[in-house]
Amino acid sequence: MDIALSRELQIPAKAASRSRRRPQSIIPGFGLTMGFTLGWLSLIVLLPLSALFLRAADMGVAEFIAVGFSDRAVAAYKVSFGTALTAAVVNAFFGLLCAWVFVRYEFPGKKVLNALVDLPFALPTAVAGIALTAIYSPNGWIGQWLEPLGIAVAYTPTGITIALIFIGLPFIVRSVEPVLADLSEEVEEAAFSLGAQPWQVFVWVILPAITPALLTGFALALARGIGEHGSVIFIAGNMPFRSEIAPLLIVTQLEQYDYAAATAIATVLLLASFAALLLINLIQAWSRRRIER
Amino acid sequence: MSGQPSKSGATGWRLALIGLALIFIALFLLVPLVAVFVEAFARGAQTYFAALTEPDALSAIKLTLLVAAISVPLNVVFGIAAAWAVAKFDFPGKSILISFIDLPFSVSPVVAGLIYVLLFGAQGWLGPWLAEHDIQIIFALPGLVLATIFVTFPFVARELIPLMAEQGRDDEEAALSLGASGFQTFLRVTLPNIRWGLLYGVLLCNARAMGEFGAVSVVSGHLRGLTNTMPLHVEILYNEYNFAAAFAVASLLALLALLTLVLKSALEWRFGYSHGGAHP
Repeated sequence: MDIALSRELQIPAKAASRSRRRPQSIIPGFGLTMGFTLGWLSLIVLLPLSALFLRAADMGVAEFIAVGFSDRAVAAYKVSFGTALTAAVVNAFFGLLCAWVFVRYEFPGKKVLNALVDLPFALPTAVAGIALTAIYSPNGWIGQWLEPLGIAVAYTPTGITIALIFIGLPFIVRSVEPVLADLSEEVEEAAFSLGAQPWQVFVWVILPAITPALLTGFALALARGIGEHGSVIFIAGNMPFRSEIAPLLIVTQLEQYDYAAATAIATVLLLASFAALLLINLIQAWSRRRIER
Repeated sequence: MSGQPSKSGATGWRLALIGLALIFIALFLLVPLVAVFVEAFARGAQTYFAALTEPDALSAIKLTLLVAAISVPLNVVFGIAAAWAVAKFDFPGKSILISFIDLPFSVSPVVAGLIYVLLFGAQGWLGPWLAEHDIQIIFALPGLVLATIFVTFPFVARELIPLMAEQGRDDEEAALSLGASGFQTFLRVTLPNIRWGLLYGVLLCNARAMGEFGAVSVVSGHLRGLTNTMPLHVEILYNEYNFAAAFAVASLLALLALLTLVLKSALEWRFGYSHGGAHP
């Protein structure tokens, strides 16, 4: 699912076809490392995750739908998916802008600002959550200017979107940046010399080249946003039916010992994430085919 | 890159785009970071240090360090083993295995915590057996460690797999044919080759391990002074309207994040290490 990862793994694949008949390699340790990898992976990830699915399957369709798609749960999905989608769209625009500025222009402080883009990956989500809440609360640094305008951010879905923009930004920037850097400027110059306008060059030359990367970043940000918890719960207000996100509803149900509801909602969230994952893989397979052609 | 097409108005465009990007980054990244420190010192330095030295805060700091000290090395061992198996050998189903290793990145942290509650909790499958043998996993250290290992699972492996695949196996094969043992080859040849990538993965893994909130919050039980990690302590203080103390503890985590970014950038700038891909 990683661009660089899947691309680089193509290299040894070629060597593989050559050596398939012979004993693979004199390098030792395959059995040991593979055994450990599979064992640890099963123990930590696969078995616990399948426990969730088995538990959901135990419930029966009627009960699953009753608790997994209760009015409150559906409202929470809408809030989670809606805000994650909005944030991913905003990030697609500003993330592309940031990537463009970092790759194409020189300005003082660029390196530091570029490093700062990874802040959301490094800053614990709870810290981001309380900081954003402090800023956007009605007497906060930004909130106090928005309040007279009638814009409430903290404790509304808008606040959730703001938190998810913070969380998702690096996904887009880091997806698009390397592709943009690889883009040969000769093609653009050729387009310019043929009389194209800057916007035409962008729409017809640059955008098609970076679309797979942009979509990958978008899907990664979307998947992360749907499951995000820590940075959101402080700024969200967490009002059922209005600003309650699905991950928080899982926690709430757990605290009330309603394991069935928690399991069902978690299963729906997990399936949504897997759909996003599948989408990413499809995009990358599609873009690889396009490159090869 | 200065090869901007020298069209009329290009400078205007450039300044406008740079300006817009800078405003966005300042508003969404810089302001929250600065706010953490300003809020932390809002009640003066004395309150700040008092918040960090009270017993519950100290035990939260200790617990966070302990959880990271257990889960990061385990993920390093796993990451190296997985990268060795995936990058140095060919086998069918390789890309599926890589997708499985990446899986925890696409699972909501809350769901990550929940799966362990469903397995080991009082209502979980193994709950009765664990209770009989007086083993506590949920609401105790093992649960915190498990949840942390889950959310940081791919960090080291996904850093090392592309790196080791790119390096191929010529170096190792040369060492082996000269008579080195497998372990010597790994220690003297492979490890030096992957050291920066390994360090990079450890950095990111550690930052996430110490900062994880959602997964840990589900399995912790929030027992003050017992199962509260630093991020959970921040939440408790914040919900008690003890904002200065919450931001004081948060500022330590923010410093950790800044340190991570500085070291990560140093790796990238100094050693030309390039991190592949958009993942954390």
